[in-house]
Amino acid sequence: MSDWEVVIGLEIHAQLATKSKIFSGSATAYGAPPNSQADLVDLAYPGVLPVLNAEAVRMAVKFGLSIGAEVARRSVFARKNYFYPDLPKGYQISQYELPVVKQGKLTVMLDDGAIKTIGITRAHLEEDAGKSLHEGLAHASGIDLNRAGTPLLEIVSEPDMRSGKEAVAYMKKIHTLVRYLEICDGNMQEGSFRCDANVSVRPRGREKFGTRAEIKNLNSFRFVEKAIHYEVARQIELIESGGTVVQETRLYDSDKDETRSMRSKEEANDYRYFPDPDLLPVLIDESFIDAVRATLPELPDDKAARFARDFALSPYDAGVLSASRELGAYFEAVAACLGATHGAQAKLAANWVMGELSSALNRDNLEIGASRVPPEALSGLLARIVDQTISGKIAKDVFEEMWSGGKSANAIIEAKGLKQITDSGAIEGVIDAVIAANPKQLADYRSGKDKLFGFFVGQVMKATGGKANPAQLNELLKARLAGGS
Amino acid sequence: MLHNLSIGELGRRLNSGQISSAELARYFLARIERLNPALNALITPTPELALAQAKDADRRRAAGEQGPLLGIPLIHKDIFCTNGVRTSCGSRMLDNFIAPYDATVVAQLKAAGAVMLGKANMDEFAMGSSNETSFYGPVGNPWDTTKVPGGSSGGSAAATAARLVPFATGTDTGGSIRQPAALTGVTGVKPTYGRVSRFGMIAFASSLDQAGVLACSAEDAAIVLKVMAGFDPRDSTSIDLPVPDYPAALNAPLAGLKIGLLREFFDGLEARNTALIQDALRIYRGLGAETVEVSLPHLPLSVPTYYVVAPAECSSNLSRFDGVRYGYRCTQPKDLLDMYKRSRGEGFGAEVKRRIMTGTYVLSAGYFDAYYLKAQKVRRLITDDFRKAFERVDLLIGPTTPTPAFAIGAKIDDPVTMYLNDIYTIGANLAGLPGLSLPCGFVEELPMGLQLIGPHFSEGKLLNAAHQFQQATDWHRRSPRGYE
Repeated sequence: MSDWEVVIGLEIHAQLATKSKIFSGSATAYGAPPNSQADLVDLAYPGVLPVLNAEAVRMAVKFGLSIGAEVARRSVFARKNYFYPDLPKGYQISQYELPVVKQGKLTVMLDDGAIKTIGITRAHLEEDAGKSLHEGLAHASGIDLNRAGTPLLEIVSEPDMRSGKEAVAYMKKIHTLVRYLEICDGNMQEGSFRCDANVSVRPRGREKFGTRAEIKNLNSFRFVEKAIHYEVARQIELIESGGTVVQETRLYDSDKDETRSMRSKEEANDYRYFPDPDLLPVLIDESFIDAVRATLPELPDDKAARFARDFALSPYDAGVLSASRELGAYFEAVAACLGATHGAQAKLAANWVMGELSSALNRDNLEIGASRVPPEALSGLLARIVDQTISGKIAKDVFEEMWSGGKSANAIIEAKGLKQITDSGAIEGVIDAVIAANPKQLADYRSGKDKLFGFFVGQVMKATGGKANPAQLNELLKARLAGGS
Repeated sequence: MLHNLSIGELGRRLNSGQISSAELARYFLARIERLNPALNALITPTPELALAQAKDADRRRAAGEQGPLLGIPLIHKDIFCTNGVRTSCGSRMLDNFIAPYDATVVAQLKAAGAVMLGKANMDEFAMGSSNETSFYGPVGNPWDTTKVPGGSSGGSAAATAARLVPFATGTDTGGSIRQPAALTGVTGVKPTYGRVSRFGMIAFASSLDQAGVLACSAEDAAIVLKVMAGFDPRDSTSIDLPVPDYPAALNAPLAGLKIGLLREFFDGLEARNTALIQDALRIYRGLGAETVEVSLPHLPLSVPTYYVVAPAECSSNLSRFDGVRYGYRCTQPKDLLDMYKRSRGEGFGAEVKRRIMTGTYVLSAGYFDAYYLKAQKVRRLITDDFRKAFERVDLLIGPTTPTPAFAIGAKIDDPVTMYLNDIYTIGANLAGLPGLSLPCGFVEELPMGLQLIGPHFSEGKLLNAAHQFQQATDWHRRSPRGYE
């Protein structure tokens, strides 16, 4: 494997979160009965004409500004001509030679913490096609045109990624970004965010790219990584066994975990692009761009940098906590309630948000906005850790109660008597009783079996129902075991 | 006779109660029933709908409404979608197509109270210059039914010339209003590109198509155009400019008007035709206009340019006719490809197929630059030629067609000769300019047209110049024998 270098470029299709379609007034909501959201324009009736939805342009510009790209002052819609039943006009309206967003870039953090910059060649607006339905129909196919005309932003990267993991990191970053910008709901199951991957391999050190295959319509991060993994192995094996990679379009079959040829370059359509005469060029002036710029939120990288700076978090933690606007806001609310501005308390808040809270959300398949424990409640729990009312371990049990019962941390601690024992005398009493009951272990410990220290800690915790203050316990136990008074 | 009255006079009689809209509709419907079979100008008469609309117009008038078109009959070229009425575009492909909505032009005229008597025959998908490519058969020219009426708005022109209706809508992509107007002796206006909405008008070549009117005089055309014109938010290429009061400007004096004689239009024009144009120029000079000769050096390239641009756009525009959602579908398709091939193969006629194939070719990889891009460049040169000319003159004048109406069948097997019929009209479409054809005399007892072309949005000036000519002549009052 190491003799080969992998080269990947992604074309990400982000469905823009406009209320109506890009060229018609039909709604874009997902899941409506077939053809209930397709008007005469979507059905391409004779005589109808497209009218551009300005909101889609605004969203594309917003994206362009967020990746530092130049926004084209003049962009042009073109027709991509091909016949397919779910393409009612017989052409797709897309941007070809003159896209609305020009060259930009994005940084991603890799698993080893390294930062890598990925170039974005362009982003252009286009309409989605409908769907062909084959299930449940005998000797016929159904066409659902609800999706036809849904606005898409196609984001084309440079061939800058060198592994499936990098590709996924980039795709996740774009996913984060479009949701930050509120231009795409990012729902991958519903197809709102999907990508095509261009994959090739070349001998390490060679400049010229290998022949690429394009894997179409990958709609999960896991599939992107697996499809690329399979495809890379396929291409290397092919070349090493004396074959050559042909330029083609391939489909990833997630059931069989393999890619299959769809059509080769020779079979590819000649799309006969030409400027759509029904639509005027899109002219964007400075004031429009300024107005859009004014609506830009704090971007993920900026938020992460601020978290790292203001809360003294590691770049990794700052990155995780800024992965979505909602998560970042949650963390900030917890930290604010806790009065944590930096150091240990901020780290505590970060650990809890990324740890217990995230796993509870995952377990119940909830978005952060629907968390059963709101940020104020979580900070109430963390405050009890900070003031040593309870230990971190007990806090996890309290959290579970809060999650399932909705009560406050204080109420649960009170009701269950979970307040930590911080009275040295009380702790010493228990220690003495435990030592007295385990003479053999005491002897072994004193003869050098240091590991038995944990045994004694466990016994004391058991006897106190886990409530002994751990730091105090450690200190007192050490002294007692050593034979001090 | 009612059918020889102007729209203005019909309006006066309706307003005075001398006649009702319903009576007027019945009168013209009877005329259609009697005379249309020999002409085939209307392919879908809509008598019941017409009477309902006429009665509605009568009610509106009784309620105090007055409008220049309230209760005036018309026919629509069958390229305009008409809600609940078959809209065939002259094609087998749409022979079964009942439009579920009104084109903007149709809605505007309906709102003004105009009464639709039916749908007019036309070349299939507006592709033709003789009305011979229609699925519904050729249209006879009322001046001589063995001759073509021109095309593609041949049914609209023939019906207007035969006074089956006071006026008709048409569309003009390369001359499809002006050329048939000339060959049938009526007045036809192709407005500036973007002046009239294209929404609901079945597209042939989107960057060239423009809706307009065919009527018996410039005065009538001015009344109709005022209602048809205007911005439509559903057509991105329509222009948001106020609509001038065209009828009010008809009587402006022409003194000092600078008319440019298009030199390229007279190269090779027959002496008899040239003489008619010279007569017309004398009349204009008599009205106080100056005439100067101007040259548009790139204009001779307009036919080849057009026959790249228009087919390119049509090849894409007609892709939606695939047998999937509406229109013709072949019987018992074997599979998807078979359905596409046979539905389109059987649904489209020869000329439409020829243009789709030409257009597909010029847009193909490897040919796009040499044809489509080159044609776009020439189109800009032609537009520039016009712009420069209009720095010197107010409007351009010349013949509408090289010859009068030709015999049905004479050119149908020779597309290139047929295409050359539009040699004088195509330039205005490529440059998006308004053009008007009005009758200026006869050659071999067949009418000839005088063409006026003006700068963008100069429809008012063209109608004014045409009206003044018609005040000084009576060519536009001549009716074909049998239709007086």
